[in-house]
Amino acid sequence: MHSFGYRLNALLTFSVTILALMCAMASFSDNLNTPSPSVEIQIVNINWFQKQPRGNDEVSLTMNISADLQSLFTWNTKQVFVFVAAEYETPKNSLNQVSLWDAIIPAKEHAKFWMHTSNKYRFVDQGNNLRGKEFNLTLHWHVMPKTGKMFADKIVMSGYQLPEEYR
Amino acid sequence: MGWIGESIDSIKSIQIRQLLTQAVSLGMIVTSALIIWKALMCITGSESPVVVVLSGSMEPGFKRGDILFLHMSKDPIRAGEIVVFNVDGREIPIVHRVIKVHERQDTGEVDVLTKGDNNYGDDRLLYAQGQLWLQRHHIMGRAVGFLPYVGWVTIIMTEKPIIKYILIGALGLLVITSKD
Repeated sequence: MHSFGYRLNALLTFSVTILALMCAMASFSDNLNTPSPSVEIQIVNINWFQKQPRGNDEVSLTMNISADLQSLFTWNTKQVFVFVAAEYETPKNSLNQVSLWDAIIPAKEHAKFWMHTSNKYRFVDQGNNLRGKEFNLTLHWHVMPKTGKMFADKIVMSGYQLPEEYR
Repeated sequence: MGWIGESIDSIKSIQIRQLLTQAVSLGMIVTSALIIWKALMCITGSESPVVVVLSGSMEPGFKRGDILFLHMSKDPIRAGEIVVFNVDGREIPIVHRVIKVHERQDTGEVDVLTKGDNNYGDDRLLYAQGQLWLQRHHIMGRAVGFLPYVGWVTIIMTEKPIIKYILIGALGLLVITSKD
């Protein structure tokens, strides 16, 4: 009844159970945090705006991004993935989301930042609907935990517009 | 090592009735594992509810050997979500993040482009020849939860099958020689 095998088994089962319970509690504790992030994005310049040889509109722009995401971090946060997407509607598509810029924030100390950057990924439409197009810029964040459930949310900023003519 | 001697003695003393009970209990273990897996498939709606991360393309978020819990709901796919997808002509599914979404006005179909956080460029090089976008049917599920390191067990077992056989053998022996 009290053989080596039984004791090993009992010890192993117990430690795995405790570990699982601790992971679950760590993940649950994330729910107690109510984050209040803030962000501001300005489009400083439209670098160029043209029709690709394939026929799709493409634009290159420069942005100022300032954000404070410190409140997203808890003790169970490994990193925060943050990205800015342009979102707009066209006659063909009810939703277009194009990621323009992203970054990985490894620690709370880096979560308050100011960036001057042009778009990291190409801003290409499916078609040529971008002239004079009004669009939203949305800051999305994806909180990746040390263990457990992942969280994601966003801030939508509207009122941006592309120029009427190619340049 | 009295333990081994004990085990051999207990194998010798097996009777037919005891043998049957043990066969049944072994069957119970296998079937209950199967039941749990199939139940998870039903609940999450994904054909593989748990996947092991095999590459470093999502580092530092997901490392090799971490496991992800998947969920496949009717909700539309949006940028930023981490999805698991199959590409035609590739056997192993890929876990990457969605960076572009174009959703049709009339049919509601989506065109999706993905990228690994740790990769320099997007995934068009990984897709089939000439494929520009992923569609809904390529996507197996989206990652909702994360557990580090646990997947190493399966990685080790697939890469070193001998360990798998030793483990299965030892477990089988334990079940056969246990007396309750």
